[in-house]
Amino acid sequence: MPPRTLYDKIWDHHVVTEEPGKPCLLYIDRHYIHEGTSPQAFAGLKSAGRRVRRPDLTFAVMDHSVSTRNRDLPVLDADARGQFEALARNCRETGVHLFDMHSRNQGIVHIIGPELGLTQPGFTIVCGDSHTSTNGAFGSLAFGIGTSAVEHVLATQCLREYRSKPMRIEVSGKRQRGVTAKDVILAIIGKIGIAAGVGHVLEYTGAAIRGLSMEGRMTVCNMSIEAGARAGMVAPDGTTFAYMEGRPFVPRGKDFQVAVDFWKGLATDPGAIYAKSVELDGDKIAPQVTWGTNPGMVTDITGRVPSPDSFADPGARQSVASALEYMDLKPGTAITDIPVDYVFIGSCTNSRIEDLRAASKIIAGKRVAPTVKLALAVPGSRVVKALAESEGLDKIFREAGFEWRDAGCSMCIGMNDDVLPSGLRCASTSNRNFEGRQGKGGRTHLVSPITAAAAAIAGHFVDVRQLGVELE
Amino acid sequence: MQPFTRHSGLVLPFDRVDVDTDQMVPKQFLKSQTKEGYGRILFYDWRYLPGEKPNPDFILNEPRYQGASILLTRRNFGCGSSREHAAWAVADYGFRAVIGPSFADIFFKNCAMNGILAITLPEEQVDELFRRAQSTPGYQVHVDLPNQTIRDDKDLELKFEIDDFRKQALLKGLDEIGLTLEHDSDISAYERAHHPEPTQQSPVDFSYPVAS
Repeated sequence: MPPRTLYDKIWDHHVVTEEPGKPCLLYIDRHYIHEGTSPQAFAGLKSAGRRVRRPDLTFAVMDHSVSTRNRDLPVLDADARGQFEALARNCRETGVHLFDMHSRNQGIVHIIGPELGLTQPGFTIVCGDSHTSTNGAFGSLAFGIGTSAVEHVLATQCLREYRSKPMRIEVSGKRQRGVTAKDVILAIIGKIGIAAGVGHVLEYTGAAIRGLSMEGRMTVCNMSIEAGARAGMVAPDGTTFAYMEGRPFVPRGKDFQVAVDFWKGLATDPGAIYAKSVELDGDKIAPQVTWGTNPGMVTDITGRVPSPDSFADPGARQSVASALEYMDLKPGTAITDIPVDYVFIGSCTNSRIEDLRAASKIIAGKRVAPTVKLALAVPGSRVVKALAESEGLDKIFREAGFEWRDAGCSMCIGMNDDVLPSGLRCASTSNRNFEGRQGKGGRTHLVSPITAAAAAIAGHFVDVRQLGVELE
Repeated sequence: MQPFTRHSGLVLPFDRVDVDTDQMVPKQFLKSQTKEGYGRILFYDWRYLPGEKPNPDFILNEPRYQGASILLTRRNFGCGSSREHAAWAVADYGFRAVIGPSFADIFFKNCAMNGILAITLPEEQVDELFRRAQSTPGYQVHVDLPNQTIRDDKDLELKFEIDDFRKQALLKGLDEIGLTLEHDSDISAYERAHHPEPTQQSPVDFSYPVAS
């Protein structure tokens, strides 16, 4: 057999049928669903008289519209309540395990899959949510799908897919202190652009990627979709196996060893061919801040807001001009001179325990700037929340003037009442700075958790490397 | 699914790169449980002023583009969120075909699942279509899926590529799930060989070993 990439290996292992000129039928190991994109799929299934083929491989959670305040109060938003009730009813009728909003394991779908050990190396994983790519950090093929595809997977446990092209993103060297996984992925997107990954599956390689924890790898893979790729992956290694051992759905004892031996084979063979390769020097990546209305509009913390005239392409010039107008920013403004009104630490990109620990180091013993109207810390799951509280992180956040909330998607998408008001500017650890993403008219700057924390204290963006705080 | 064979219609040139699905259907409209009625929502925040008054500066509200059924786009159209609501909105508004130099992968697939023909053409050909649509009031094109051509009433004739599976599915309005269910025995064979079922080792929902 010719040398294969990690992507090829997972793909080949899951082909159910392959006919020339047709998309493959690909088997799906794990199907995660949430309240936002599943009701129409269940309705379609029901109206066609079809059943859920593998409820045991399907896991549901409430995350997008859940309140991050008090869940014992009634849900006042009738539409959100309707979706919660529909999900609960659909799961009850079909035998799908639901982590409802009161479950101890509730959290953002892309956080709890890995946390429970449902996500494993070599798996195919899908969810009606584009940030399913997060799960690729384990060396799985994980990607977002539309609602029609959700219905297709419910009915058949398969998807019809054409093979994507593997693309390698090699980040060499060692990250500087204060430069996080978030800065790495933003720097990658800044370099290759938001459409470079279309039709491709990204594999992140190199010493700077190997040096990341599982939390960091999840942050990187999470934003593969922001580079246009449906999936991103990192080959599993000792870091992966150590993270997995002992989690509720991971095999134990001898079975674990058997699994690890299989997982060790999930690496790209020497000499395997990628459709594209990109290299970045990890030593040179600085903390990143977005200034525009897509994640590719990003620069170093030491940089300035660019002028539309500095872009050669007419389409880019036009979209930069429109982005600066929306963001109310003038070309030439130093990033560190941009004030912030809101700070949001959360989302499937950056709400894991490591993110909260790092942010807490920046704010410990300090106070949120008086000009900052709201600083939110939203753990990605209730397990993360409980762990953070056991370490006293909630106290550090509260004492600094942050609100410490319950788990959910929250202000990344603003489907509950955590909404960024129009005209206000937010330092956000989420993944999308699209117009209106966090709230109509809201202005989003994507940053790492420590850069967000530092902005909360200073009231504007600052270079965390110059704070004199011991950083990893 | 509504089949697509041939369609002639007014072209709406949407002259903006990297249009994301958050703009097509903003999040406040993602809490519905139906696939219907999203046409009114399409590009909501750009299209309406407060009180849902049409924004006269937005292209969908321009009188010359009323009744448009072919959406001409720039590169990377439909990027971002996987929300199929974006495709439902495009279809419900009345667009039958979307033509552009490139589309985001998930949006492209969502179009196919909803009877919308998404056509990828080289950038120069898209530029030419933009020039014609912007300079000719009432500019129409004729999209012919069986022959894979786009023509206008002057001299333009373009060929486009489409994979045969998607073409047949669109032409016949096929139910993809029904097709896959014909492979039930293949799927069962895969399951017997690979045992994908999860093994739960410790309880969830009410207790969890807190790792450090």
